[in-house]
Amino acid sequence: MTTPLLSVTGLTKRYGPRIGCADVSFDLYPGEVLGIVGESGSGKSTLLSCLAGHQTTDLGQITYDGRNVLAMSETDRRRLGRTDWAYVHQNPRDGLRMGVSAGGNVGERLMAIGARHYGQIRDSATNWLGRVEIAADRIDDRPTAFSGGMQQRLQIARNLVTAPRLVFMDEPTGGLDVSVQARLLDLLRGLVRDLGLSVIIVTHDLAVVRLLAHRLMVMKSGRVVEQGLTDQVLDDPQHAYTQLLVSSVLAA
Amino acid sequence: MTDQAYNFAYLDEQTKRMIRRAILKGVAVPGYQVPFASREMPMPYGWGTGGVQVTAACLTPDDTLKVIDQGADDTTNAVSIRKFFQRTAGVAVTESTTDATIIQTRHRIPETPMTAGQILVYQVPIPEPLRFLEPRETETRKMHELEEYGLMHVKLYEDIARHGQIATAYAYPVKVEGRYVMDPSPIPKFDNPKLSDSPAIQLFGAGREQRIYALPPFTKVVSLDFDDHPFIASKAPHDCDLCGAGDSYLDEVITDDQGSRMYVCSDTDFCAGRRDAGHVGRLGVAQTEGQTQGMLI
Ligand SMILES: Nc1ncnc2c1ncn2[C@@H]1O[C@H](COP(=O)(O)OP(=O)(O)OP(=O)(O)O)[C@@H](O)[C@H]1O
Ligand SMILES: [Mg+2]
Ligand SMILES: [Zn+2]
Repeated sequence: MTTPLLSVTGLTKRYGPRIGCADVSFDLYPGEVLGIVGESGSGKSTLLSCLAGHQTTDLGQITYDGRNVLAMSETDRRRLGRTDWAYVHQNPRDGLRMGVSAGGNVGERLMAIGARHYGQIRDSATNWLGRVEIAADRIDDRPTAFSGGMQQRLQIARNLVTAPRLVFMDEPTGGLDVSVQARLLDLLRGLVRDLGLSVIIVTHDLAVVRLLAHRLMVMKSGRVVEQGLTDQVLDDPQHAYTQLLVSSVLAA
Repeated sequence: MTDQAYNFAYLDEQTKRMIRRAILKGVAVPGYQVPFASREMPMPYGWGTGGVQVTAACLTPDDTLKVIDQGADDTTNAVSIRKFFQRTAGVAVTESTTDATIIQTRHRIPETPMTAGQILVYQVPIPEPLRFLEPRETETRKMHELEEYGLMHVKLYEDIARHGQIATAYAYPVKVEGRYVMDPSPIPKFDNPKLSDSPAIQLFGAGREQRIYALPPFTKVVSLDFDDHPFIASKAPHDCDLCGAGDSYLDEVITDDQGSRMYVCSDTDFCAGRRDAGHVGRLGVAQTEGQTQGMLI
């Protein structure tokens, strides 16, 4: 039996009197992709940003690779955030430096952990642009010159260049055209498999979940109402809310 | 003659104490930007009000003050600041780097090596080296606190990607004692090596941005670079046309309508000193008594 890479117990976050998410518990195993679905306002983004340490958590425990995340110093946690972890934002503008070239965007995490050889940084950047299907001759262009889909792929390259183990994604395909979404999904699926990434992915889209997620967590009003293997949850939903979701009444 | 309407060196004693506390904190934490309550000075911000306040807080009646702007003692800016302290503090002034106890500078470090006991005060327009890529002050503070300086190299990376080399020629970022990344003010990168291991105290004042930082004597200061694009303290590949110096920072001067040009030391005191000692450059003539410029043209 392997031990979980990430173990979450009783995670709770309030915004004043309002619940962001409440009493969330789950384990994520190495190489596993966990999907989180639920209607707008159900606490998906709140949960993800608490996990990634982008906001404070009120209650609960997060254990990553045997370490108590909430007890870490900010320095250690931020270091984790740019080495072992990665975070892909829904809006690429939130995850990219728009004033910096594509190569600089991809190279930043390498430089942040001490890379000091320009030629090697550039080689890595070129390599990663290739892996996300961006032509090498766009390396010196700024993201402002890229389409939405390209920006999102650049954001993914920028995140994966340091070979993180755990990737948080908040609606990575949201806001893109359907055909662009499909291509991005294929790309993501390949990368996740090739790199053996552990992923927590938030989405509205059950198709995304079916394609990528091994396990699925359904949230409503800040709480987890159902979780299990993706196919099981989607094909045989137990909770009334999940049944509604799957019958696509709420899916859009 | 001192203008009696003002306190010594213009600022009141309480303000000077406040500034001195900021300076002491800066000296105690080399390269760290200390906030201070910048005062209105009777001159525009671009004129180095941060440096002026630091100088005012350091001056004593026994001091001898030198003020330079891009190496020259005789520009409007330098002359005005010098006059300001002559009037408000009645201190002795000089153009000689060696004779000065306090030197306020805009954009240069004197060529003549600084010595123990001297204070070099820099005028700083933008103290935050990370500002270029991260405009949020809360975030840059956090980056300094947690030593997250990858972004500094992103700036240098962008330079090389765009220009084939590190094109940053002024305000070239440095790391202080292996800890804080610091903007050395817009001195040419040629001057960067002089920041390190100096026997003098170096103080930096940013008026509009309300920051003071410092390098105590013999602080180790390293210019950031890449292994395959090492830092080079470059200058124009010429000798001074007046004094023949091959190791001083040069200004390019257009000398006629045909576009003829000459290269002269930007440090006027250094150049004059060399000419007084008999050194002659390509376009210079031997110094004779009464001559001060020594130029053919
Ligand atoms: N910064 C905030 N301040 C106050 N309340 C917030 C804040 N962020 C989220 N909330 C509230 O917390 C709850 C959960 O919001 P959250 O953004 O996590 O939902 P979500 O599932 O990501 O929704 P969506 O699918 O629309 O992105 C909502 O009631 C929301 O209004
Ligand atoms: Mg959300
Ligand atoms: Zn000269």
